[in-house]
Amino acid sequence: MTTDIYYVPKQSRWPILASIALFILAYGAASLINALTAGSGGGLGLSLLLTGAFCLGLILVGWFSNVIHESRSGLYSAQMDRSYRWGMSWFIFSEVMFFAAFFGTLFYVRMLAVPWLGGEGDKGVSNLLWLGFQAQWPLMITPDMNAFPGPKEIIDPWHIPFVNTVILLSSSVTVTIAHKALKLNRRGHVVGWLLATILLGVIFLSLQAIEYVDAYQEMGLTLQAGIYGATFFILTGFHGLHVTLGTFMLFVIWLRVLKGHFDPEHHFAFEAVSWYWHFVDVIWVGLFLFVYIF
Amino acid sequence: MATLDQTVDVHEDHGPAKGITRWLYTTNHKDIGTLYLWFSLLMFFVGGTMALAIRAELFQPGMQLVEPALFNQMTTMHGLIMVFGAVMPAFVGLANWMVPMMVGAPDMAFPRLNNWSFWILPFAFIILLSTLFMEGGAPDFGWTFYAPLSTTYAPQSVTYFIFAVHMLGISSIMGAINIIATILNLRAPGMTMMKLPLFVWTWLITAFLLIAAMPVLAGVVTMMLMDIHFGTSFFNAAGGGDPVLFQHVFWFFAHPEVYIMILPGFGIISQIIPTFSRKRLFGYHSMVYATLSIAFLSFIVWAHHMFTVGMPLAGELFFMYTTMLISVPTGVKVFNWVATMFRGSLTFETPMLFAVSFVVLFTIGGLSGLMLAIAPVDFQYHDTYFVVAHFHYVLVPGAIFSIMAGVYFWLPKWTGHMYNERLGQLHFWLSFIGVNITFFPMHFLGLAGMPRRISDYALQFADFNMVSSVGAFIFGFSQLLFLYNVVQCIRGGRTATDQVWEGARGLEWSISSPPPYHTFTQPPLVK
Repeated sequence: MTTDIYYVPKQSRWPILASIALFILAYGAASLINALTAGSGGGLGLSLLLTGAFCLGLILVGWFSNVIHESRSGLYSAQMDRSYRWGMSWFIFSEVMFFAAFFGTLFYVRMLAVPWLGGEGDKGVSNLLWLGFQAQWPLMITPDMNAFPGPKEIIDPWHIPFVNTVILLSSSVTVTIAHKALKLNRRGHVVGWLLATILLGVIFLSLQAIEYVDAYQEMGLTLQAGIYGATFFILTGFHGLHVTLGTFMLFVIWLRVLKGHFDPEHHFAFEAVSWYWHFVDVIWVGLFLFVYIF
Repeated sequence: MATLDQTVDVHEDHGPAKGITRWLYTTNHKDIGTLYLWFSLLMFFVGGTMALAIRAELFQPGMQLVEPALFNQMTTMHGLIMVFGAVMPAFVGLANWMVPMMVGAPDMAFPRLNNWSFWILPFAFIILLSTLFMEGGAPDFGWTFYAPLSTTYAPQSVTYFIFAVHMLGISSIMGAINIIATILNLRAPGMTMMKLPLFVWTWLITAFLLIAAMPVLAGVVTMMLMDIHFGTSFFNAAGGGDPVLFQHVFWFFAHPEVYIMILPGFGIISQIIPTFSRKRLFGYHSMVYATLSIAFLSFIVWAHHMFTVGMPLAGELFFMYTTMLISVPTGVKVFNWVATMFRGSLTFETPMLFAVSFVVLFTIGGLSGLMLAIAPVDFQYHDTYFVVAHFHYVLVPGAIFSIMAGVYFWLPKWTGHMYNERLGQLHFWLSFIGVNITFFPMHFLGLAGMPRRISDYALQFADFNMVSSVGAFIFGFSQLLFLYNVVQCIRGGRTATDQVWEGARGLEWSISSPPPYHTFTQPPLVK
């Protein structure tokens, strides 16, 4: 362990401002969602939500600028660098657990809840609820087709999802090539390969959007389509949100590279973003296997 | 254990800022620790007031004071506030104050993030408490918010509850990441993992539990939000989902959560008992491994909360046996505490009184837990006052007593003044008597079949309920003594020495009382 001075920042206004912005955002979101369900406008909620989100965005930009400035002034020791590494690793672990909750849901429903509801297994007595309901997966015919009309068809894994798998796996390779180039100080290559990664991310998201439109308009695969639609959209939806965030983070890193930030030895922000990108990649492989194929 | 090799000169480059901005903008672990502790005490009194409303209604059979609808809101909000507002922030506050001083760090690893973790909390509780004044009332589905009570049949305010929970989760995860990074990366040279004080060890493991469990809570409330507002059917069998799924996901979060609320307490007790026994802690290594085992087991026992829900026999057996296994590492801990006291030179100042009563009363809570772990008999106890008695024994004379013990133990270090010992002991005895009068009769009520979460009850339960309510008011009002004592100690009192307690060992006792605003800007060398 080094005995360098560990940088302790002086007072900062960002955290309290960020708390207030988060408060406005959360209060607005809850008001808006309640108003939408009640069918009563929701203008105030929407304004609060947008104000909060906008302010939080500005605050995070300011906060990160501070951190970047401190880092570039050489205030951070090697020990600080290790703190950031621990911090990012555990943050990604928390994200893994977030997805674990939804994967756990999927497995529980597929392996236990739906078969029991169809009269199979140890608790098949639940079939009394909807006599005649047949267990199947994907669940095309829900117990109550009026309340939750099941999907007419489901997405073929070997079209868009397969292409998306190839795209996302390639993007993990391109970001690694960019990282290697940064270590060798070939900045032209870094810019190019990072841009390729960002474009692959954008293409992935666009294809995902096309898939969603198809699912809603052609297949009757919606949030309301029973448990298959629910698990499908919560898993792919949150993954898509994470890809969006990851793409944005890559874009910020790309701008920083253009501005001349990072050197072959010190570039933890770059590494953190690429860790994050590999993480969304791994989650996607899980999705491709358990949501689309099997 | 850890001894300071050389006293480093602690130069103050800047002291605390003046006025309110000191608290709003601070990046100092001591200031943030203080904020957490005051916030926790405030929430303790708010949640406690709700508990007294519950006990006042239950003083006699029949309906007297609160409407059944309000009663349900009180039980729900009491639970949520005590768990997320009182116990967790108190432990985080103690960690903020003590962990950097115990490991020889200049501050927490991410000081600004630390400030953010705290300041999210008051805003989250503004949202949660504002639900009390909303149309349809506050959440009324119990702190466990089982679907479909919390989805199909929930009041409108459930949406606000969901977003408040998300904010609490963000705060906890960031706080936990900060604590882990501090412990793993900011230890002074020579402070190896196996020299860490047990409070630090237990917090390291607690932080891991937080990072693993809180995202699952975020997941389950998100699924609720989707079910309520966006037409999904996660917890609705009509669409192929399952309300029992809610319970599985919830308890996968909430059982580790239960240990999040006790492991730091174990750590505090493991600091206090050796100090007042004037001996080293018996079985340091086994304490560490026992804590690790408890943390591991906490992830594979969750369905013991759901024995009556209709699980396959294999599930009932698996969760019954794993639950019973927890008593092994917990027994190791209790044994070690007792063995530490054995043939020690004991004195019984207030922290020690709370610590010893923790060992005894927490063990009672542990033993009733063992009774509940037996699946076939749990069918009788489930959702009765026996369960209420069990978890209040581990949370009030467990978690809360450990926090009280920790505050009395470290208050002289923080303020530089000794608290009023006579008043402290009076506070202890009133709390000890109050807590037992309140919760011990609940065992009998539960065994006789009184269900929990109801505002009225059959006549046969009348006497014990009256006793319990009297105890609750004794316990509740005696906490004002604690408040008075803390305030008096901050304002003045006999000057505390650096070591404060005769038997105290460790880095935190080698620095002045009160410690300088910035400690260990140069890491000390630990032998």
